[in-house]
Amino acid sequence: MATSYDLQTKAWPQTYGDEAKPRMGFFTDTSVCIGCKACEVACKEWNQVPASPQGFTGESYDNTIDLGADTWRHVAFVEQRKPLDIGGSGASLAQVAALGGVVDGAGLQTYQDGEGLRWLMASDVCKHCTHAACLEVCPTGALFRTEFGTVVVQEDVCNGCGYCVPACPFGVIDQREGDGRVWKCTLCYDRLKDDKEPACAQACPTNSIQFGELGDLRDRAEARLAQLQDAGLADAQLYGADERDGVGGFGAFFLLLDEPETYGLPPDPVDTTRDLGAVWASASAAAAVLAGAVAAAVLWRRS
Amino acid sequence: MTKRVEGARPELGTTRLRGAEGPARSPYGKPVIKEPVWTPEIPAYFYVGGLAGASAPLALLSAWRGERGIAKRAWLTAAAGSVVSPVLLISDLGVPVRFLNMLRMFKLTSPMSVGSWILVGFGTATAPATLHALTDRKLLPRPLGDAAQVGSALLGIPLASYTAALIGNTSIPVWHEARHDLPFVFTAGAATSAGAMATMLSPVGEAQAARRLAVAGAAAELGLVALMKRRLKARGVAGAYHEGRARWYSHAGLALTAAGGAIVAARGARDRRAAIAGGALLSAGAVAERLAIFRAGFRSAARPQDTVAPQRRRIDAGQRPGAARTTPHQPAAPQPGGALDARRPGEREVTPGSPAIGPS
Repeated sequence: MATSYDLQTKAWPQTYGDEAKPRMGFFTDTSVCIGCKACEVACKEWNQVPASPQGFTGESYDNTIDLGADTWRHVAFVEQRKPLDIGGSGASLAQVAALGGVVDGAGLQTYQDGEGLRWLMASDVCKHCTHAACLEVCPTGALFRTEFGTVVVQEDVCNGCGYCVPACPFGVIDQREGDGRVWKCTLCYDRLKDDKEPACAQACPTNSIQFGELGDLRDRAEARLAQLQDAGLADAQLYGADERDGVGGFGAFFLLLDEPETYGLPPDPVDTTRDLGAVWASASAAAAVLAGAVAAAVLWRRS
Repeated sequence: MTKRVEGARPELGTTRLRGAEGPARSPYGKPVIKEPVWTPEIPAYFYVGGLAGASAPLALLSAWRGERGIAKRAWLTAAAGSVVSPVLLISDLGVPVRFLNMLRMFKLTSPMSVGSWILVGFGTATAPATLHALTDRKLLPRPLGDAAQVGSALLGIPLASYTAALIGNTSIPVWHEARHDLPFVFTAGAATSAGAMATMLSPVGEAQAARRLAVAGAAAELGLVALMKRRLKARGVAGAYHEGRARWYSHAGLALTAAGGAIVAARGARDRRAAIAGGALLSAGAVAERLAIFRAGFRSAARPQDTVAPQRRRIDAGQRPGAARTTPHQPAAPQPGGALDARRPGEREVTPGSPAIGPS
């Protein structure tokens, strides 16, 4: 049923030949996230990710803070002053009823109260980019593209050079303290090999995290976006569902209810190696200038 | 007493309205990207690698010119640098015993991979090259020694510039936006470093080429750094150079390089002590400049507005589509009862499970 999307990456599926599997991914529909953090817990348990006690931040219910070596799912809590005007001043009863219908009919889980505060919750994860900068810059080949089209670190190869950390346009991957290697979401590579769904998706009680073949997920997401837009949620948007973006589309993409930066996500992430050809040209030019300067300094003599 | 800076902490999750003034924000002012995990060994290596890399061609050409004294000293500098560099790099690794994994593959998309091979080649060539020079080309077979010297000089030059491609090839705004300036800043710094070291080590009579290289490199570095910062400012991401340690190192690098260059230019040809003092100042300036660039990268990563605002600007300007889209590609499927379904959430039909797994 999947509409034809260009899901190809540099290494998938061609380098796998017959062993290539469909490209798998996540569609995280934040409009039905209830902020329960079951995904965070399930991920930690299954993948044996070390604890990340960071105390109480006082920033809504978010004590996970960000994605990192020890946090592969992160539920963001964004408290937003944005009145929907349910029961608000001046609205006619018909308008109020219609807006109430939006909330119920579309299954919105974001909390609304009379003060006009809404609560956006979103479970963030590694995007498994089509053009993954972390993978491209990895000098050891520890980061690789799996037969499912996902991006995974081989922990027995990584030597902790740290290049992937500032290369990632989302700040996902990080070095684990006391270990030295880098870690991130594997999209439960071990479970996928066993035809199982990733732990976070299985644990999600509202189907906010959906796992599947990327093409199918995109179809679902389009339908969901159309539904929310029709219901009057003009700011509902798909994030990372297109090949045209700076990383060639995400393997794990999102439906957001506001602009990406509201959730702490970059609005136009770009795979840094996209510009590398020109950078090599500049580096070569600079090297040539250096060679010329040394030659001139040594060889040039006033007659 | 807690100092509260007005506007330092954004209002909780406020929506940035299109066209609204002020920097784009992130929730709670949290960084959007990660700071590098690199230790101070890395800027030290930027200096040492540049110094060694530029010293090798200086040595080779000086020997061709018949200036054996400066050639030997420059070869020794290159050799010392080729030994110190891998030590610095390996000690920065999270798992140092796995340093050989750097040579598992050769990847053009990873300047670190390319650089590892350059450094290995440089180290392999520089040891026999230096031995060849110190023994007045008598110990090693001539073709072998000469080839090692030429090879070392040829690899030394990219050694001085690839590090700029490496940091330019990241998502750190202050590095990525300067990706075409950094290579020239780095090679100018390498020329300064090699010239300054040879100026310090050589009697004034032998060091004319070294002084030229040092002074020209310093002048170029000052100009190029100013140009880089101007371009960064135009792109709205120069703020990182005006905060914290990056600011301090930046000022120190500027002052040391200017002072050292002036001393070497004015008195370096006559006074050995002035040559040593000027060379030392130039070397310190080159180190400080590399530290400034290194620290600015950390600051830049910690400033969410530097990541988000330029991205939002290029979307608003229509230069790029961005990663988000509010328009669905297909019209909404007809919903039972319409969009405003009167049923409560628990009463709606929801397909359980993820599509790949299906209903259990």
